[in-house]
Amino acid sequence: MNFPQIVQYCLSGITVGSIYAIVAVGFNIIYNTTGIINFAQGEFLIVGAMTAISLCRIVPLPVAIVLAVLVTTALGGLVEIVFIRRVSNASVLRLIVITIGISIIIREAMLHIWDEKVRSLPYFTGTAVSSVTVLGAYISPQVLWVLGVSSIIVTGLTLFFRFTLTGRAMRACADDRMAARLCGINDRWMVTLSFMLSAAIGALAGCVISPVTQTQYDMGAPLAIKGFTVAILGGLGNSMASVAAGLFLGLMEAFMMSQFEVAYKEAISIVILLLILMFRPSGIFTRREVSDLRTL
Amino acid sequence: MYAFVEKNVENTIVIFKLDDVTQAVNTLNKKGISVLTESMVQNLDLYNVRKEITMGKQFTRILCVLVAGFVLSSSGCKKSDEAPPLKVGAIFAVTGGASFLGAPEAKTAEMFVDKINSAGGINGLKVQLIVKDSGGKPENAISLAKQLIDEEKVLAIIGPSTSGETMAIKNICQEGKTILLSCAAAEDIVNPVASYVFKTPQKDSDAVRWIFKTMKDKGISKVGVITSNDGFGIAGNAQLAKLAPDNGITIAISEAYDKQETDLTGVLTKLKGQDVQAVINWSIVPAQSLVAKNMKQIGLNVPLFQSHGFGNIKYVQAGGEAANGTIFPCGRLLVAEVLPNDHPQKTVLVGYKKDYEARYKEDTSTFGGHAYDALLILTEAIKKARSGDRDKIRDAIENLKGIVGTAGVFNFSSVDHNGLALDAFEMLTVKDGKFAIYEK
Repeated sequence: MNFPQIVQYCLSGITVGSIYAIVAVGFNIIYNTTGIINFAQGEFLIVGAMTAISLCRIVPLPVAIVLAVLVTTALGGLVEIVFIRRVSNASVLRLIVITIGISIIIREAMLHIWDEKVRSLPYFTGTAVSSVTVLGAYISPQVLWVLGVSSIIVTGLTLFFRFTLTGRAMRACADDRMAARLCGINDRWMVTLSFMLSAAIGALAGCVISPVTQTQYDMGAPLAIKGFTVAILGGLGNSMASVAAGLFLGLMEAFMMSQFEVAYKEAISIVILLLILMFRPSGIFTRREVSDLRTL
Repeated sequence: MYAFVEKNVENTIVIFKLDDVTQAVNTLNKKGISVLTESMVQNLDLYNVRKEITMGKQFTRILCVLVAGFVLSSSGCKKSDEAPPLKVGAIFAVTGGASFLGAPEAKTAEMFVDKINSAGGINGLKVQLIVKDSGGKPENAISLAKQLIDEEKVLAIIGPSTSGETMAIKNICQEGKTILLSCAAAEDIVNPVASYVFKTPQKDSDAVRWIFKTMKDKGISKVGVITSNDGFGIAGNAQLAKLAPDNGITIAISEAYDKQETDLTGVLTKLKGQDVQAVINWSIVPAQSLVAKNMKQIGLNVPLFQSHGFGNIKYVQAGGEAANGTIFPCGRLLVAEVLPNDHPQKTVLVGYKKDYEARYKEDTSTFGGHAYDALLILTEAIKKARSGDRDKIRDAIENLKGIVGTAGVFNFSSVDHNGLALDAFEMLTVKDGKFAIYEK
């Protein structure tokens, strides 16, 4: 393999990895606040993308994306208020299963509202055929958008959780709900806020990857699974780590594709995931003590 | 004492206690309702049995009455003298992963039957179409086929939409002596030939032959093949591998990708590394549009050949500029307007396109056309046989020649239950976002 070929594979790996990473980021927000894994995260991406696609016929693209994010944020809040908040005796496992049910409901609703056709947003810059040369290899400019948006989101979130009062309040709720309440934190509102934030990020992610992956009503579930895998790989709750893990997995898949038959790409990735989890069960980037301290 | 027979949910056995068993049995038998006794019930394990024992004075015997919906409706208040309609069943994947096939097929079927009925029916009899949604799953197709054959007693079944479902019900229809006109493409459906089973889409192998012929004309000899990992992709891959050597084409690399794949740049990089002169993609949506885009984005500027699954303008729109230049074999429906006026298929194609687009306000696809052809063949056979007897109709289908459908001109025989030849396909390409006939 010559150098441009290697670069091309790397770029392909980064493309795929960035898609996984941006999905994984959404998981971490809700996990940081409530300790539950929201399996409806994938659906938030698709709802955001579909809404933006429907709206961009009427309003310019940036406005459509902003509106789509707002609509999905409202949906996230609604999901929390209607389903999650009312569950009595809310153990984490029970809530996780409920989110699976929610994802099915949203998926069916999307099928009825938008039908089964494949759609995509127009490319943010350029068209379907434009490509940018990087070190002798080619990449679509949209991929650079995905990477850029992921970085901004992750940096913003890390700063939010570490330095703002609301962010720290949300982390407090995950650590110990009762203690947070005693400190005067409105924990119910924090949970709703976490869902809304996660939905907003999901919608933005969905919009930015839509030109690359195309959008269909049932794409939420596979994306969510891949994103969840990457979140675990990096260490649950750590957004920066999940981005790094996503890029790592993407590069690993691309490398495997170049050496072996493409059909085995998924199998090899899962094997690697299992091996890593055997030796570092809290993820590549999270120290074991940190994860043990988390109450799950 | 009379037995009170309610209109129950189908297949529920309701057991009533009665005083005079013999009188009740006679009354019910006269109404055409079969009666089972308790000892017979104890040997039945098919249905849920709900025993209702009245606490009357005389606790003599318990009779069970088998109530089936169709028995009641046929023995009930049918006072009209109208001849029974011709019952045609249809199993389509209206929802689920194959809905891009099943939804247009169901719409086309309903449109066709409405047109026939408003023109007075066939031989004076109306056609009753019973459409069932299988969701694209073979298990559902099996249970729906059994329901249509055993309960509705349909004359023929149109569909299913996918090859997997069709193969699952092929034997059921053959044994049930119900004519099956499948809208799925696999060769196995008509090879080996089952006397009651037919199919309307063109052959996979013919599509492959057309692709290779066009490649030879362009001077291409080394190609890369990528296919999806579903039934359609795997079948296409097998045909490509089988027919390549005889047609002078070398397949330098052949890879399968997951049908839900969201990015194909990795696979295409691998093909680029082999310096192929063309790429053949055998899959269905969404990968079809994705391949075109990814190829241009990584700078793989060789001709892209697709399968006949590319037959909807939406895939071209999804691919944007990248779809221009794609070459694929297809039925002539998509270029109906530009056909010469004396082309045998022109009237049928233009008529179907106009009616479908007027009624449903969406673009036609070649997939809906398969349902049109299936119903056309069935109705022509019924007209020819001049009877509602399924064996006569089956024989009539086998003798049909020169039936102009959307996929091509059909000529059936006892060994050819597909009826289409190489000329059913036309090589099409995409120019400026529209379909056009491929000129050499």
